[in-house]
Amino acid sequence: MSLTDGADPTAGLAAEPDGADGTDGVAVPDIAVRRALGRRPADFLFSAWPLRCWLNLLGGALFGLGLLLALVVLVSVGILLSVVGVGLLVLACLPLLGIPVARVERRRLRLVQPLRPADPHTPAPEEGLRRRLRHRFTERATWRELGYAALLAVVFTGAGLGVVALLAFSCVLAATPVVVWALAPETVMIVPGQAVPDPLSAVPFSLAGLAGVALSAYAAAWLTVGQVWTAWILLAPRKDPENRRVIELTRSRARLADAFEAERRRIERDLHDGAQQQLVALTMTLGLAELEMREATPEAAALVARGRGEARRALDQLRDLVRGIHPQVLTDHGLAAAVAEVAQRSPIPVEAAIDLPRRLPPLVEATAYFTVTEALANAAKHSGASRIGITGTLVDDRLTLLITDDGRGGADPAAGTGLSGLADRLAILRGRLLVSSPVGGPTQLRVEVPCSA
Amino acid sequence: MLRVVLAEDAVLLRAGLTEILDRSGHRVVAAVGDARALSEAVDEHRPDIVVTDVRMPPGFRDEGLRAALELRARHERLPVLVLSQYVATAYATQLLGGDGRDEGGLGYVLKDRVGEVSEFLDTLRRVADGQTVIDPEVVRVLLAQQTAARPLNRLTPREREVLGLMAEGYNNQSIAARLSVTEASVVKHSSNIFMKLDLDPAEGNRRVLAVLAHLRGGAG
Repeated sequence: MSLTDGADPTAGLAAEPDGADGTDGVAVPDIAVRRALGRRPADFLFSAWPLRCWLNLLGGALFGLGLLLALVVLVSVGILLSVVGVGLLVLACLPLLGIPVARVERRRLRLVQPLRPADPHTPAPEEGLRRRLRHRFTERATWRELGYAALLAVVFTGAGLGVVALLAFSCVLAATPVVVWALAPETVMIVPGQAVPDPLSAVPFSLAGLAGVALSAYAAAWLTVGQVWTAWILLAPRKDPENRRVIELTRSRARLADAFEAERRRIERDLHDGAQQQLVALTMTLGLAELEMREATPEAAALVARGRGEARRALDQLRDLVRGIHPQVLTDHGLAAAVAEVAQRSPIPVEAAIDLPRRLPPLVEATAYFTVTEALANAAKHSGASRIGITGTLVDDRLTLLITDDGRGGADPAAGTGLSGLADRLAILRGRLLVSSPVGGPTQLRVEVPCSA
Repeated sequence: MLRVVLAEDAVLLRAGLTEILDRSGHRVVAAVGDARALSEAVDEHRPDIVVTDVRMPPGFRDEGLRAALELRARHERLPVLVLSQYVATAYATQLLGGDGRDEGGLGYVLKDRVGEVSEFLDTLRRVADGQTVIDPEVVRVLLAQQTAARPLNRLTPREREVLGLMAEGYNNQSIAARLSVTEASVVKHSSNIFMKLDLDPAEGNRRVLAVLAHLRGGAG
């Protein structure tokens, strides 16, 4: 399968919310836990959030403990073996430990934050261990990730364990009446030296325990907010000047495409309102003249009829022109109807099944439409196909068009300007074009365009 | 003489159409430029026929078409002739699918036809008489669309020709005249068509809608 991918220059920044431009560094998204904390205490405490935050902290603390252990071992081994030389290598490679840790953390934090930061690393050179290492060491992201790993191993692990310990202690405290009743009246001592006589007098401890649970829920949530925030600051890609320029270029390209599309529609409207109307009016007047002359001067009537025929042909040509600019049926009825119309004009029989629940953004409709016309024209010119199938679906706000013919195949997206031009137009919309055309056929074009406004 | 309400937003064409209609003995009781004015004019004048453009202000999409459908729902047996700037089977389908009833004529023709004045006037009269007239170009496209589909493949080329003329609203006599055959052979062709398409031939004028409904069914 050859592939013409409308490469998305902002792919690495895909997780960044829109409207985050203008600021340096990263834009931290809305933190889900922070929003949950804004609710009323009863709503927050009885939601799934406390549980999630505890689990997050517990998981983080265990991971952090492991990491701490690994760090201690590696550093000791490194120092011990430094005399041999191997140890220096171990120590030198230690900073890279942040990379896998960060990868795990970005995934792990999805438990509390649905949107995860994208990987900030740029692809490393293909060959040469030395060059790959150098690439990683010179990336700032590597060092930020190392900083995060250190923070995780020390600060978040410590604080997380504290919160979890508070939770455990509070739970035990809350369960005191049960323990006293079930196990050992007169022996349980919470305040040293004073045994709790019976379950009833343990109730105040129980209330204190419940308050402790609530406290630990809030502590866990705030700590989680801090952790998510830190993770976004340190683990997400930065908007370096280079990246920012790419984003700005991408946006201006989309704006240009939008402007072109608006212009095409304006030209279509102008032709419709202007020249087309004039020509129709002309045929009407000529028709009337013909009718008037038919009796008295048949020769003149024949001339007028010829003139009317010529006006008619001019009208047809104008209509074809308009169709190539921006067809009216597309504006009026949307993609499915426009594709049905273009399918009717195709010399190869076309079966179109485009099932869309709603109208799509104008630029998406126009791009998809012209992709179909180009594909049909290509098929008619080169494929020798006897039939063409077009299907269109909208799944998860993503338009997918499949255009399949049973021709001889061998279409090369790199060869013609048609297909690569289409890929360019699709790339503006962050869409892509996949062409599969083995020699001997069949040829299949797959068009994917995201449709979220 | 037909009393006509005309809706067309382009001033030039509105004037042209008014002139054609007036000169040929009909009377344009109201010539309006948008869909709302069309509704009001029809309510006020109760015309014999409505002639309307598809695209009209404010949206320049299919306001005229929708107004026509609405008027047909409100006024029984109101003949409507829709003029379209370009072939769009979507429009024809929308218009004919609008109501299952065939009371009152229905027409969908291209604006270019108006230049062939006598044919246009003929169409106007037939729609006013309650017939259904679809532009030959639209019928051609609808039929072409069908060549790959199942049931129409059973028709002979001559039968398909007859079906096309039938869809344009011609009766057996005119079809016979157009194809230079006897009326009896047209009757034979049409009963063959109805048989092959599993349609009931007893339904008179309804047959056009049935045929088109069938074409659409095959298309979808």
